[in-house]
Amino acid sequence: MPLRLEKRAEPSNTMALFSPVIAIALTLLFGAMVFASRGIDPLHGLYVYFLEPLSDEWNLEKLIVKATPLVLMGAGLAVSYRANVWNIGVAGQLQMGALMAGLVPVYFTSWQDPVVMPVMLALGILGGMAWAAIPAFLRVRFNANEILTSLMLVYVADFIFDWLVRGALRDPQGHNFPKTVNFAGWQNLPSWGDIHLGAVLAVIAAAGLAFMLFRMLKGFELRTLGAAPRAGRFAGFSASQSIYFCFLLAGGLAGLAGACDVMGVGHQLQTPYATPVYGFVAIIVAFLGRLNPVGAIVAGLLLALTFLGGEAAQTTLHIPDKIAKVFQGVLLFFVLACDTLVLYRIKWEARK
Amino acid sequence: MVDLLAAKNIVKIFGTLRANDDVSLSVKQGEIHALLGENGAGKSTLVKMIYGALQPSSGHFEWLGKQIAIESPSAARALGVGMVFQHFSLFEALTAAENIALALPGKFDVNTLSERVRKLSADYGLPVDPAASIADLSVGQRQRVEIVRCLLQNPKLLILDEPTSVLTPQEADQLFITLRRLAAEGCAVLYISHRLEEVRQLCSAATVLRHGKVVAACDPRKETPASLARMMVGTDVEAVHATINHHLGPVRLALNALSTKADGFAVAMKNAMLEVRGGEVVAIAGVAGNGQSEFFDALSGETAANRADAVMMDGVPCGFENITRRRKRGAAFVPEERLGHAAVPAFALSNNTVLTRHAVDEGLAKRGVINLSMAMRIAGKVIAAYDVRKGKPDPEARSLSGGNLQKFTVGRELERRPGILVVNQPTWGVDAGAAATIRQALIDLARSGSAVVVISQDLDEIFEIADRIAVISRGQLSRAEPKNTWTLEKIGLAMAGAHEVAHAA
Repeated sequence: MPLRLEKRAEPSNTMALFSPVIAIALTLLFGAMVFASRGIDPLHGLYVYFLEPLSDEWNLEKLIVKATPLVLMGAGLAVSYRANVWNIGVAGQLQMGALMAGLVPVYFTSWQDPVVMPVMLALGILGGMAWAAIPAFLRVRFNANEILTSLMLVYVADFIFDWLVRGALRDPQGHNFPKTVNFAGWQNLPSWGDIHLGAVLAVIAAAGLAFMLFRMLKGFELRTLGAAPRAGRFAGFSASQSIYFCFLLAGGLAGLAGACDVMGVGHQLQTPYATPVYGFVAIIVAFLGRLNPVGAIVAGLLLALTFLGGEAAQTTLHIPDKIAKVFQGVLLFFVLACDTLVLYRIKWEARK
Repeated sequence: MVDLLAAKNIVKIFGTLRANDDVSLSVKQGEIHALLGENGAGKSTLVKMIYGALQPSSGHFEWLGKQIAIESPSAARALGVGMVFQHFSLFEALTAAENIALALPGKFDVNTLSERVRKLSADYGLPVDPAASIADLSVGQRQRVEIVRCLLQNPKLLILDEPTSVLTPQEADQLFITLRRLAAEGCAVLYISHRLEEVRQLCSAATVLRHGKVVAACDPRKETPASLARMMVGTDVEAVHATINHHLGPVRLALNALSTKADGFAVAMKNAMLEVRGGEVVAIAGVAGNGQSEFFDALSGETAANRADAVMMDGVPCGFENITRRRKRGAAFVPEERLGHAAVPAFALSNNTVLTRHAVDEGLAKRGVINLSMAMRIAGKVIAAYDVRKGKPDPEARSLSGGNLQKFTVGRELERRPGILVVNQPTWGVDAGAAATIRQALIDLARSGSAVVVISQDLDEIFEIADRIAVISRGQLSRAEPKNTWTLEKIGLAMAGAHEVAHAA
């Protein structure tokens, strides 16, 4: 290859800080080109996609609702990825969390007191943790690549969810629709307009994780093991423990996101279930947020906007809302490319 | 006589660093020419340019009086330059002959080649079995394969980078005979080393580099080791003071038949016995790759021992304890690899202080929260006490030079005044001045009542600081005997495995 990446002697700190900004700018430029290619005025397209959704209050509430699961999962993934633990399957962990929380209204429909809400949230967390424990165990015990196992379990979770919601958990009075009974009263999260308690939990979780990651010994341990595993062992830290810790943490938060989603937005389980897709977008959130849990809040809001923009583009510009996926994918590409170019420079070599 | 190779005003710049700054030197045919200098002086950069692996930023080379550009290692080989690197480039799973065949241009026939290898290597006194697989060979034998591979290409200039660092004294003597014979046949040798005594024995010319510049060119036979050292370092190197008569304390570290599992290419420890008393320095000599790092890991607790009482610290069995528990017993450890083992390259020195001291310093990680200002304070003390030179107040570990980072990683443990200290290669790649500081600090720690174990490949260092010496070879540890009972010859035989016990598994 005449093209080679060469490590920079001293990566610029300013560039590292601005790398996500540059990535966003490049994504917008790319988006303008996509709009132009469809015969849409690029500036009008970008306005409809990125600015119009922010122009009324009702949309801002929707933005926060969509950002909530992204922040919960993105913050957990930021911690995991810092420790070099590559959980790609938060989508499945979210789905298991939603399923576990949904068991309570189905089997204890009449349970109505303030205790039922935290119980459902706890079940959601446990569901996500249990699902995440599987790739952690396979990695520690058999050294199985967690990228593959966690990803494949997403599809398993989806089938289990689908099978149960069509079968054992289906609402007998639901006219055969594949959904459960509606959650009632205390089985739902308190909300302000569309915004539900999950948004508050997401901000608390992100702030708490940032404190843990940068101020506490546990976070130091995870960052050390991620940056230099041998030095981590020398410091007395256990790599297997940290693999479990990261999977249970991110899995628990994904489970919480799933529980919040069904208790605050859907108010029932139904299949096909659309929210797990957010689990993959959360990976972009983690990277765009500089693998910093607080950064995940900003990145989560931005990625939530791409979902809203996709809907707006469909109604106003008459282009498929798949455009949201294009923006998300291109954004991840540019974020990773910019980060790489902060650390490396491209060198062309004359072929001999 | 015309110079075989001449470097004319070579400059090589990496970023802002002038690794070679106006370097000129000339090597004559049949001359063994030493390239001297401390680590980081620019020796490796220069020879990499001669071997075509790097290109000079300015300046040029002349070969037999004619200006040339050496564009790649294969161009260098075509010219007649052969190089034996410090880190070998051999495939462990292949045989010696196969490894050699890979480096030769054109087609080959294994049988003819094997015969040539056998004949040539025996001829030069470096016998190599062409059918032996590399994995079964000792480090010294592997080096022979590398040298024979060069010789098969009839080099006019042979470059050797620190060749004796992996050899026993006897193997080194054999190598010198071979090199003298090559020189007598007209082949020039460029010999990189910082071992002054062997340079004085072997070389007829020397170029001394310091901070990328040529500071002296001399005939080493007419110099003393002290005068050569002064040229390399620029100042007089302080001698290390070790008083011999001292009061020995109780046994602080004891190994009882310590064994470890063989894992992949790792060397298993077999039944190691050792007692180290407070007040003494025990050195573990040995050729690289004979189980030193496995021995270190077993002492530090990074790998568990075979039995709890295989490792005793101050009388307490702790073979199953992890490194944190052992640190809490007053033990401290300094591994060989500075970046990535002793320190996290991307972390600041304050964070790297937390790395080994989070469990032993009261209040450094109170209720799980790291006290960063306390970490800064400790790092500051280490930096001041051990003269760690740095560009900014709290730099990242990777921005420090090797010597300064070594002073930090050793100082970080010494500042605790540990009761037991285990150090692997304390001064590897460290300049003479810093090495003397570190050695003196190790002796001082022992004299204050601690047990100190130094694992080293550097025999000069071992004889300078040890009270007793044990030798490790292929995972077997010899008895630790007082320093004055060891001669260079005896230690060389031991390094080659004279004390090894034949095991019926």
